[in-house]
Amino acid sequence: MATVSFKDASRVYPGADHPAVDKLNLEIGDGEFMVLVGPSGCGKSTSLRMLAGLEEVNSGKIFIGDRDVTDLPPKDRDIAMVFQNYALYPHMTVADNMGFALKMAGVAKAERDARVMEAAHLLGLESFLARKPKALSGGQRQRVAMGRAIVRQPQVFLMDEPLSNLDAKLRVSTRTQIAALQTRLGVTTVYVTHDQVEAMTMGDRVAVMKDGILQQVDSPLTLYDKPANLFVAGFIGSPAMNLISGEITDGGVLVGDYVVPVPRETLAKAGEEKSLVLGIRPENFKLATEGIGLDVDVVEETGADAYVYGTLAGLDVDAKLSAQQIVARVSARTPPQRGTTVKLNAVDPASIHVFSDKTQERLSA
Amino acid sequence: MVYKRRVPRFLSSRPDSRLIPLPWELPLAEWPTDYLVALPRGISRHVVRFIKVGNSVYAAKEVIESLAIHEYRTLTDLHRTDTPAVEPLAVVTGRVGLDGEPLDPVLITRHLQFSLPYRSLFAQGVRPETVGRLLDAMVVLLARLHLVGFLWGDVSLSNILFRRDANEFAAYLVDAETAEMHETLTDGQREHDLTIAITNLYGEFSDLEAGRMLDESLDPLKLVESIITRYRELWAELTGAEEFSEQEVFRIENRVRRLNALGFDVAELSIETSPDGSSIRIQPKVVDAGHHTRRLLRLTGLDVEEHQARRLLNDLDTFRVRTSQGSVDEPVVAHQWLTECFQPVVTAVPPELRGKREAAQIYHEVLDYRWYASQRENREVPLLEATWGYIADVLRALPDEDLTDATRVGGDERQLANPYDPSQGFVDDEGPMPEDPWETAEDDEPASPPGFLDIDALRARKR
Repeated sequence: MATVSFKDASRVYPGADHPAVDKLNLEIGDGEFMVLVGPSGCGKSTSLRMLAGLEEVNSGKIFIGDRDVTDLPPKDRDIAMVFQNYALYPHMTVADNMGFALKMAGVAKAERDARVMEAAHLLGLESFLARKPKALSGGQRQRVAMGRAIVRQPQVFLMDEPLSNLDAKLRVSTRTQIAALQTRLGVTTVYVTHDQVEAMTMGDRVAVMKDGILQQVDSPLTLYDKPANLFVAGFIGSPAMNLISGEITDGGVLVGDYVVPVPRETLAKAGEEKSLVLGIRPENFKLATEGIGLDVDVVEETGADAYVYGTLAGLDVDAKLSAQQIVARVSARTPPQRGTTVKLNAVDPASIHVFSDKTQERLSA
Repeated sequence: MVYKRRVPRFLSSRPDSRLIPLPWELPLAEWPTDYLVALPRGISRHVVRFIKVGNSVYAAKEVIESLAIHEYRTLTDLHRTDTPAVEPLAVVTGRVGLDGEPLDPVLITRHLQFSLPYRSLFAQGVRPETVGRLLDAMVVLLARLHLVGFLWGDVSLSNILFRRDANEFAAYLVDAETAEMHETLTDGQREHDLTIAITNLYGEFSDLEAGRMLDESLDPLKLVESIITRYRELWAELTGAEEFSEQEVFRIENRVRRLNALGFDVAELSIETSPDGSSIRIQPKVVDAGHHTRRLLRLTGLDVEEHQARRLLNDLDTFRVRTSQGSVDEPVVAHQWLTECFQPVVTAVPPELRGKREAAQIYHEVLDYRWYASQRENREVPLLEATWGYIADVLRALPDEDLTDATRVGGDERQLANPYDPSQGFVDDEGPMPEDPWETAEDDEPASPPGFLDIDALRARKR
């Protein structure tokens, strides 16, 4: 088992005008489940491939434990890549399907059998070992594929979107299984996904990337509660955080005809800026007698909650069409009617996130 | 309640209206067999079926929407760059089942005629030398894909179809789900594909070995090691720089000839001379596969595989010498050869035997037959006589390869559990499935839908 460190690691593709990964600094603890997440082209897969040795590191270094692996070939890094592909071979038993790569690597039979047995035990597949894979369910096939990586007993697991080709139901159950398995194995794992829900539910910590640059690395709850910048604020959470711009006035930020109170020390950080961006999550809104005016377009009731969708009140028809949608989660006992105008206020002033319009950075504590 | 049929959406650049009345409201695995054709194919993690549409046969794969559209576009890109891959036809989205639940989209590709999945080749018994030819074809395909910036991500024999190409094979890509198109590939990206290739191929050869379909003289490990060597040699020849002294200028010509012999044309060659003019450095910048294919197409209009084209061009050259037309324009001789040699042979094949081999492959095999017959009888056997002999002695006994019958797949005497889906394995008696603690536990746990972040549950769990 081992730690993983990226130290100022960069990758520039030939002919590209900016790096695919730009001076990445990331420390991954021993046994930690680290998820790299971000939109397509953010550099997350490239970072993983740099760690795997499949992508050249143009500057900076990568360490696994104390070893500088920057220039080591992939096979000498003691890592196992878990691919999304999980073809099972029909003539081979489940045990052979799990252990064939060990055979290729020249591991002796007794050792192979022991490792396969151990992995099968972890995966609840012991009674399937002697069978052919034909009747296995989708989930069982996925577990055999995980077994293939586990038997290699690497220092680090690398997983590149392993769930992307699964149907929705299998994806949800498999992600729970992978996370539980990783906790039991305690092997350092770097997991890449574009799906923030997957990242948030699986990772011990999540590294959010955009345009090759690490935006923030934190526990899922810290990312959710204290996003470091506008990108992270908008990317993490579903439904997404409402991001509303307003002019700075005395004591707060003016949205429509309502001044949202913002602490003086936060406003002071804005310096010369004229406007700020307020971030409020849908569940941190409440219906109030005074607050931000919202013209209600749609109300969607889901059990105890109702989601209210609308636009800022007081916009003319043209402005409404291009206006950003605002979402609030309120109690389903007293949902507003569509077509009405309501006032929204924050449940707790501390749940309002304040961001600089200019630098996009978080200003609130 | 009267069921009202919902028509799905078709994404296609060349729509085929015959697709519309198919039973899209049924999961592909439940389609009535009237719509299906049992053709041999590789194993797949998705539900794949061959479907009959009029006289055409299409491959249909049920897969989530983002992947279906990604694969459709990637295959379209490959077609544009003239890289051997199956031809995408459509993506059928917006499918709704009889119970009103949405169904995954279906990607439709054209079935590649006369193609042979590796499992059916091995099922018929493959000589050790043939395995080497299959690997060569695979390596050429991989190099061609890498030349156009295609990172495959899932190189395996299951994702390749082979076609006979004279004495060799030509390989076609059939699965581009995991693929990425780049401007160019880095060495790291190519290594990534190679790593995946050796693991997958080792697994596939081990599987053939377990199914007693691999010749005992062949070792899976040696086979996969040879892939790496073959690929590196080919890549170095296609892209490597070469430096030599000014006295060896002939080496430029040599390099081009070697590339031609490998079936590649050099579209752009960088030639740099050292400042003092004593040494020269050359490096191919753009190479295009299909050197012989293009030449034959230009001369005769025949569109055939690379090795077949080479064989036919050789025969054309012989024809020119034999008819003493050395000074006549090549296209004129080519036209004569087409009408006096090629076409008579092809039309001599009775229609009921034409599904056994492609026309160019038949011509190639007739040439081989004639050579052996001439040796045996110590005389020049005329082409048509050789053709009749070939039809009677060889062709009649060959299996049909246009649309091969799937019942032979599996090699040993075992029977496929489902003739339409080799991924489901074979009929054998393994007893009832043991209980799986994970699957029983799963059913009790309601899972939140994907795409929704249940932050309250996350907070409760982390507390």
